[in-house]
Amino acid sequence: MEILGLYNYWVFAVLLMTGFYAVIAKRNLVKKLIGLSLFQAAVFLLYITMGKVDGGTAPIFSGSDTTIFSNPLPQVLILTAIVVGISTTALGLGIIVRLKEEYGTIEEHEIQEIDER
Amino acid sequence: MLVAPLVILLRPRGLAWAACTMASLLTFAIAIQLVQGVLDVGPAGYLMGSWPAPYGIELKVDAFSALLLLVITGASVFTLVSGRESLDAQIDAGRQPYFYASWLLALAGLSGIVVAADAFNIFVFMEISSLASYVLIAGGPDRRALPSVFKYLIMGTIGATFYLIGVGLIYMMTGTLNLGDMELRIHAVADQRPILAAAGFITVGLALKAAIFPLHVWLPNAYTYAPHMVTAFLAACATKVSLYILLRFDFFVFQDNLAGHAFQFAAYLMPLAILGILVGSAVAMFEKNIKRLLAFSSIAQIGYMMLGASLVTVAGLTAGIVHIFNHALAKGALFLAVASFATVAAGLRLDDLKGIARRMPWTFGAFVIAALSLIGIPGTAGFVSKWYLISAAMELGTAGLPLVAVILVSSLMAVVYVWRIVEAACFAEAAVEPASPAGVPPLLVATLWLAAALNIYFGLVPDLPLTLSGDAAAELLDHLP
Repeated sequence: MEILGLYNYWVFAVLLMTGFYAVIAKRNLVKKLIGLSLFQAAVFLLYITMGKVDGGTAPIFSGSDTTIFSNPLPQVLILTAIVVGISTTALGLGIIVRLKEEYGTIEEHEIQEIDER
Repeated sequence: MLVAPLVILLRPRGLAWAACTMASLLTFAIAIQLVQGVLDVGPAGYLMGSWPAPYGIELKVDAFSALLLLVITGASVFTLVSGRESLDAQIDAGRQPYFYASWLLALAGLSGIVVAADAFNIFVFMEISSLASYVLIAGGPDRRALPSVFKYLIMGTIGATFYLIGVGLIYMMTGTLNLGDMELRIHAVADQRPILAAAGFITVGLALKAAIFPLHVWLPNAYTYAPHMVTAFLAACATKVSLYILLRFDFFVFQDNLAGHAFQFAAYLMPLAILGILVGSAVAMFEKNIKRLLAFSSIAQIGYMMLGASLVTVAGLTAGIVHIFNHALAKGALFLAVASFATVAAGLRLDDLKGIARRMPWTFGAFVIAALSLIGIPGTAGFVSKWYLISAAMELGTAGLPLVAVILVSSLMAVVYVWRIVEAACFAEAAVEPASPAGVPPLLVATLWLAAALNIYFGLVPDLPLTLSGDAAAELLDHLP
């Protein structure tokens, strides 16, 4: 029961490691960025999961005193973190575009070879 | 930060730089006032929107923050004021407004980190400053900056995300993000696994950003291929700020709450600090590019700061924190000198710099003074921090002797790599006569000499940084039982 109840956290761990693996092991720069996005998405899942209150609903005050609401703070934190993630991805992609212009390739090992010449 | 969007609209070349410099000077003036305030009165706080903490977001300036604010804004002012021609030469006119806007964003982000008293705010400002600095580093003409900045982006984002995971785990267990509140609440849940995991995540994440060995690999390339003024600015403050967050988090939140944490902190970070010092200095001895040499030297210096902090005593922390200040002065001056070499020399490898001392005696003199401060010769600011570091290590008794040995050996290595530069510059014959007779901008030389003179001033009269560091160390340690 414990393991099934913690399902979200398992998914978080799997996504985290998948993203991290992609960042380290892939040689194509775009694939690295995709790994990074996956990595960050895992963190979002962690935050949202911890914010959910048992039986809680969306945290928009409806005037009733007896509704249970989920914790809104993690949701707000994640909005901010998503924006940060988007900016990072956008910047990364911009750098990749420039890299392609300058080096003609977006494979990490080829760029290294060009630089060493 | 408000000026940044306006700067983008300023198309005429000179204006973007002028607006950026004005904003920097303003922040520097504010930083000086804050330092005065903190020295006279004590920590100052501000509640955003007047929501009381811990519900609201709090900004707090205490001795540690004030010192770092001084370093950050001072570095920005020095590099901007002196760097106009150097930046003009290295950055396309069309891109300049964006470049200066990013500079202001980086400045705002870094300053924001040191005044925020709220864990998530720190993350937001940390990412603002990181993203802006990626733009700054990639702004120069050298295309090798691009793969370096991509690597820095990946590693930096992983570091920040680890920090975010750590903060999330702590929030899960304590229900608060305010650092002061966290400290109170964490007592109840101290030894449970999420908190321990959080401590690990936060430490590793911030160590990545602070370039602590072995997570330092992004630093040499990023510093080498960035525009010279950007290197001067970032070398003086970027990694130190991550170190600041690490120390604050650790001492405020974790230290007295996790059993044996003080010992674990020292046990993990001291060997890494020592390795950083030795490896950084050793590689610097063999480097051929002067910027890369100084970048590896930076890794070693960050090792000194970590070494002081990992001693977990007042003397050790004071040494580490005062070294933040002194290293910023020394490295900032050194990179300003490198920028002026770049206006005259063909390239920045030691071979290209042969004989440059004869052509630019004043600049090289200032370089030597700053380099002496890096080595730690008595009379310069670097000596003060090394002295404190050695006294702190001696306090440990015989256990401290290997540390003293490490510090002395690395200082000797610093002498070696500084001497290689001096030898190439003074005693070697210039291979080819330089093509450009354009002189070094006078403002650059003037600022460079000011920075070098400050090295000596703070070496002989170290009251200001020492008082601030002592206060900061005492505050950090106050939170220990």
